[in-house]
Amino acid sequence: MPDEAAPVRARGLVKRYKEVLAVDHIDLNVRSGDVYGFLGPNGAGKTTTLRMCLGLIMPSEGKVELFGRDPLREGARALEGVAGFVEAPRFYPYLSGRKNLELLAALDGGDARERIEEVLDVVELAPRGKHRVGGYSHGMRQRLGIAAALLRRPRLLILDEPATGLDPAGMRDMRTLIRRLADDGITVLLSSHQLPEVQELCDRVAIVDSGQVVYEGALADLRRQGGAGYRMRTSDDARALKIAATAPGVEHASAGEHGLNFQAQESNVGALSLALGAEGIAILALTPELATLEDLFFRLTEGDRGTVLGDLNGLPGAIPRQVAQGGDGTLATAGQGADMPSPEQ
Amino acid sequence: MSAVGASAAPPAGAQIGGVRRPRVPTVLRWELRKLVSQKRTYLGLGLAALFPLIFVVFENLHQQHDHGGNLSIFSGQITASGLATPVLTLEFLSAFMLPLIASLVAGDIVAAEDGNGTLKTILTRSVDRGQVFAAKALAAMLYAGLAVYVSAAVATVGGVASWGFHPVTTLSGTKVSASEALLLVFASNALYLIPLLAVVAFGVLLSTATRNSAASVVGAVGFVILLYIVSAIPGLEGIQPYLLTQQFANWHGLLRTPTDWAPIWHSAWVCALYAVPALFAAYLVFLRRDVAGG
Repeated sequence: MPDEAAPVRARGLVKRYKEVLAVDHIDLNVRSGDVYGFLGPNGAGKTTTLRMCLGLIMPSEGKVELFGRDPLREGARALEGVAGFVEAPRFYPYLSGRKNLELLAALDGGDARERIEEVLDVVELAPRGKHRVGGYSHGMRQRLGIAAALLRRPRLLILDEPATGLDPAGMRDMRTLIRRLADDGITVLLSSHQLPEVQELCDRVAIVDSGQVVYEGALADLRRQGGAGYRMRTSDDARALKIAATAPGVEHASAGEHGLNFQAQESNVGALSLALGAEGIAILALTPELATLEDLFFRLTEGDRGTVLGDLNGLPGAIPRQVAQGGDGTLATAGQGADMPSPEQ
Repeated sequence: MSAVGASAAPPAGAQIGGVRRPRVPTVLRWELRKLVSQKRTYLGLGLAALFPLIFVVFENLHQQHDHGGNLSIFSGQITASGLATPVLTLEFLSAFMLPLIASLVAGDIVAAEDGNGTLKTILTRSVDRGQVFAAKALAAMLYAGLAVYVSAAVATVGGVASWGFHPVTTLSGTKVSASEALLLVFASNALYLIPLLAVVAFGVLLSTATRNSAASVVGAVGFVILLYIVSAIPGLEGIQPYLLTQQFANWHGLLRTPTDWAPIWHSAWVCALYAVPALFAAYLVFLRRDVAGG
């Protein structure tokens, strides 16, 4: 039964630090084979959530299951098949990279020790394996963190900002590695600030803000429907713009360099094209322009949330914001959490 | 980074479980290896060796050997037998120096890992928190034992080299052979470990609860100093037999003929009253604590 369970299933996760509500009823559903992006601004509760997933901190409410096992109840057993790191991977600076891996392999049991050379090769640290970690660069430590994770033959890899602090080549290599791991069948839960990286790697995402998930679902759905933009060229752009400006469901209509631009749901675009046709205006070109993840991220986590949520509430994964009950019995809107000192900082 | 080999990742749908998980001795072995790799470890052991050495050198140069106190009979035998030296150095170091050395590791053993972020690294492997805690507590205790015996060994070797391997007169006035005296030295240090391990337990508790190495080391030593102060307060004589610091002299009973077991047993249960709740509380804190460092 546990083998068939989802790699990560979190329900109603809450973490309070006295009056600070760091995580506010978060649900996560990471499916087998997902490369799952976990996004949010600093202090949104991402790292706290990941720590709860790994059993490092106890939820105030709710529960997490990894392949059907609860890390709090089952301890290390629940982490079988799970590896990764939260925030920067940490090692013993006075031991060599190889010795660190030997230590971790000893704590893993099984055949982990036999795989040390192999994983050092994978992350291209074999030549520096005998050097003390204290002398490693940030990027080398990140790679050692991946190596340490791979020792466990993970089926689920939890990575918290793996590309942070890497140079562009290091970031590219990290992306390539994650992609390959995913191609090898490893489910990846990736927390990242690198939105292009997430857009390139992830197929599903959860966007968290002020301790709450504001969207969870397929990235493609989010981009396709989350306020998708269009460019249109017609036989009479000036008249078309007037019609578009008053058409139901069509927003932000404006004249562009080569025609007009607007935002609308697919169904409203259909109605607009019919209206233009009825007025004798021919559509010469209609090009959908998917919103970038970066656009959507900022729209979901900043600015006029009411408008943004209005845009997104029709999406399968869009989660309307709730008014959260604070631990001290006070009511706190989700947005308040952003101003609170975050334990993960 | 190179291509990930097929064996680096498991086949999709690999079975969970069936992996032989490590046991406490494995975790302990690595705790000890970590200690061996740190300079701080040698600082404490160096101090444990240095003081007996200074004592031997000083006594070789000094003409007056009567230090008074409970063990004045041994002070008078310094030049008669080298085996009096480890008894006297244990007496001198037992009050403060050895608790300090033990606290250096006990107070640091959890807090340092928390501060460095390595606690999260080891707690996301295939060992349970209880195993990690047991290994850490045992490592701190083994270190305390090692410090005591390093001190005893240096004192014994220095004393015997200076004044010979001769019989010793015990506190009861009975003369015991040199080999029996050596055995008594060994046993006295073993008995002294009982209250010292209670200090270690308190240090581990502070280390686990405060997450601050310096505060834990200072706190453990401060606890010992506090008990000395309490023992010196007039009107509180009634609680003196139950103060941990009073138990640091529990091994004196071994130096009587016949052995005076009453203070030894008393000391054992008094120390247990300090050590067991401290360790249990530390264990509970460690099991339930949030690992947010690093």
